[in-house]
Amino acid sequence: MSNTLTGASPIPNRNAQTPDESALPVFDQEMVIQPQRGWIAVNVSEMWRYRELLFFLIWRDVKVRYKQTVLGVAWAILQPLFNMIVFTVIFGKVAGLEDHLPAHLKGKYPIFVYVGMLVWTFFSTGVTTGGQSLVNSQHLLTKIYFPRLFVPLATIGGGMVDLAISFGLFLVLMLIYQVPPGWGLLALPVLLLLTLMATAGVAFVMSALTVSYRDFRFIVPFMVQAWMYLSATFYDVADVGRWQLPASINPMFGLIGAYRSCLLGMEWHWLQLGISTTVTLVMFFFGVFYFRKVERKFADIA
Amino acid sequence: MSDTVIHVEGLGKEYRLGVQGSSYPTLREAIMGVATAPIRRLKALRHGVEEEGDASSHFWALRDVNFEVPRGQVIGIIGRNGAGKSTLLKILSRITEPSCGKAVLRGRVASLLEVGTGFHPELTGRENIYLNGSILGMRRVEIERKFDQIVAFSEVEKFLDTPVKRYSSGMYVRLAFAVAAHLEPEILIVDEVLAVGDAEFQKKCLGKMQDVSTGQGRTVLFVSHNIWAVRSLCQQVLYLKQGQMAAIGQTEGVVDKYLKDATHQNGVTMMRQWGPGAAENENVRMRRVQLTPQSGDGTMIRVDTPVDLEVEYENLKGGTPLVLNLAVHTLDGTLVFVSQTTSDKNWHGRKFEKGVYRSTCRIPANLLNDGTYRIRALFLDEAVKHLYNLDDAMFFTVHDIAHREGSWYGKWLGVVRPQLQWTTELVPAIDA
Repeated sequence: MSNTLTGASPIPNRNAQTPDESALPVFDQEMVIQPQRGWIAVNVSEMWRYRELLFFLIWRDVKVRYKQTVLGVAWAILQPLFNMIVFTVIFGKVAGLEDHLPAHLKGKYPIFVYVGMLVWTFFSTGVTTGGQSLVNSQHLLTKIYFPRLFVPLATIGGGMVDLAISFGLFLVLMLIYQVPPGWGLLALPVLLLLTLMATAGVAFVMSALTVSYRDFRFIVPFMVQAWMYLSATFYDVADVGRWQLPASINPMFGLIGAYRSCLLGMEWHWLQLGISTTVTLVMFFFGVFYFRKVERKFADIA
Repeated sequence: MSDTVIHVEGLGKEYRLGVQGSSYPTLREAIMGVATAPIRRLKALRHGVEEEGDASSHFWALRDVNFEVPRGQVIGIIGRNGAGKSTLLKILSRITEPSCGKAVLRGRVASLLEVGTGFHPELTGRENIYLNGSILGMRRVEIERKFDQIVAFSEVEKFLDTPVKRYSSGMYVRLAFAVAAHLEPEILIVDEVLAVGDAEFQKKCLGKMQDVSTGQGRTVLFVSHNIWAVRSLCQQVLYLKQGQMAAIGQTEGVVDKYLKDATHQNGVTMMRQWGPGAAENENVRMRRVQLTPQSGDGTMIRVDTPVDLEVEYENLKGGTPLVLNLAVHTLDGTLVFVSQTTSDKNWHGRKFEKGVYRSTCRIPANLLNDGTYRIRALFLDEAVKHLYNLDDAMFFTVHDIAHREGSWYGKWLGVVRPQLQWTTELVPAIDA
């Protein structure tokens, strides 16, 4: 039995490719599909071609989240605000942590804890929803190809929108508590990038693990809860005394400390930030490569 | 100008049983697996067998597939459920990775394994056009440029700003297909998407596909159970059987072979059985389909034989009404009739507990013409939601009666062959 359909010439006719603008960003030239082994590099150019899809996925996430809610986007502010009030009462007043604040922040514990909650809420939501994201979009995974990294990234992107909104409330709090912005603010973009990388790194690993082992559905929320207490959300980095350096292995510890230096003019703890940054980078790259390694099995087991 | 745009060589896909099905590996199993690996390896050494040597736990969904498709051709892929058609499409769409072999695709590829992939019920028609278009691989500017055409094709202008969850299923499908129909890939991979929508719309879709291939020189890979569609659209057909290529070539010859195989599949036993995992999803497990002729020696169905059709299935969910809907098709895809268990007043609307059920219906004598038929079994819940579908639950052949009245010996025409009551009388001549 002949396995060719016609006597086709093996030479591809390049001129026949329509040079028009239309362009599915899919496979512009020759695409070879074959089994791959081991660690697979990230296809940056492909992700760039699909960038609009990432945007649409984020847009869908944000749009759907607040549809049919009465308060809509206000929910993005209410959550950290509510946490701020609870934490101020419990940790600030009852536990007396507000007495640990430096002189220029005396009586301003709410804004101190709000910064912590702002960053922590972004991270924890990103890790939790990002971890669930692949399982939740198994329908997409089994029907169409696109860079799989976009699935957790899109949910984290949605979290960025919430972060931006709740940052607006932070600006209001700055006015209320008379905290003037300082030069430290210049470090904000770098800190944001590091936060994004830390969140993505953990979310990549958790989402990939959740596809294979559904146990992680239960493990992640539990893990995140414990993680918060290790992350300097309601206390200052200096409060843990000689445990500062080991505590910095947790990226959120050093990062939240740095946000307070950057936004509230508190003292910088460079060594702690350095350790947290290193761990963040390691986690991010490990997350990406672990995800890439297992992603080709997603459609078969999702 | 016929250069090869799809080149497939030795392509295969192997699944490990238990990974593919509904049983997810749990962490405990993984940890146990790692912990006991050294012991297993020791045992294997002692017994001199390979650790992975258990062939029964692996199976090849697709094996040793080779073919080439020249530019501008429509190739149809046919085969029964589980023959590997979908696996092949999934590999070519890069959704899943092959276990061996390779495929080379030249040009922009778009695949359409389902209509409305990524549609979100909460979003409006307009929003879903953008979302779905972008998921299918369109650029934003491209969607904007074609937006009006898409809307016109879908015929849902009035509801563009309504969330699609309020759409009728027909509107939903039309909108989804409209987006897909305006993709401009060089290679289009299409799964059984024409099985949806009304006849009018199906015609429109088939027309659009024909335009895509002949008019615009694009290559189309097309999976279908609808032999009529395959016959009218495809120049070449690949017939898959149990994961392997059974035939490839000119449409007519391959389709004939497929139909012949389908006819001989079950011989005279007229029964099909499925073991656990063979034909099921989380809702329903298909166990058995059996045809029992009610006259003659019980081995053959003739046009004048009443037949009992018995379906045995297991309800895995329980607690809701379960409707078994049987559709009998001719092999060229024409639907002859549909009948469902709700005709039994004792069960209509009643809740089905978990368990095994056997539903029987009688196909009366003198209904079906001679020929081969395919039974599709569809399970629905009370809201007419599809719970499980088996496109080719059974094939059976109805033979011609032994002696006909009259002198015509050719094929009796028509899909059905009722015995109608005839009277003829001589009308006395009335002279005006």
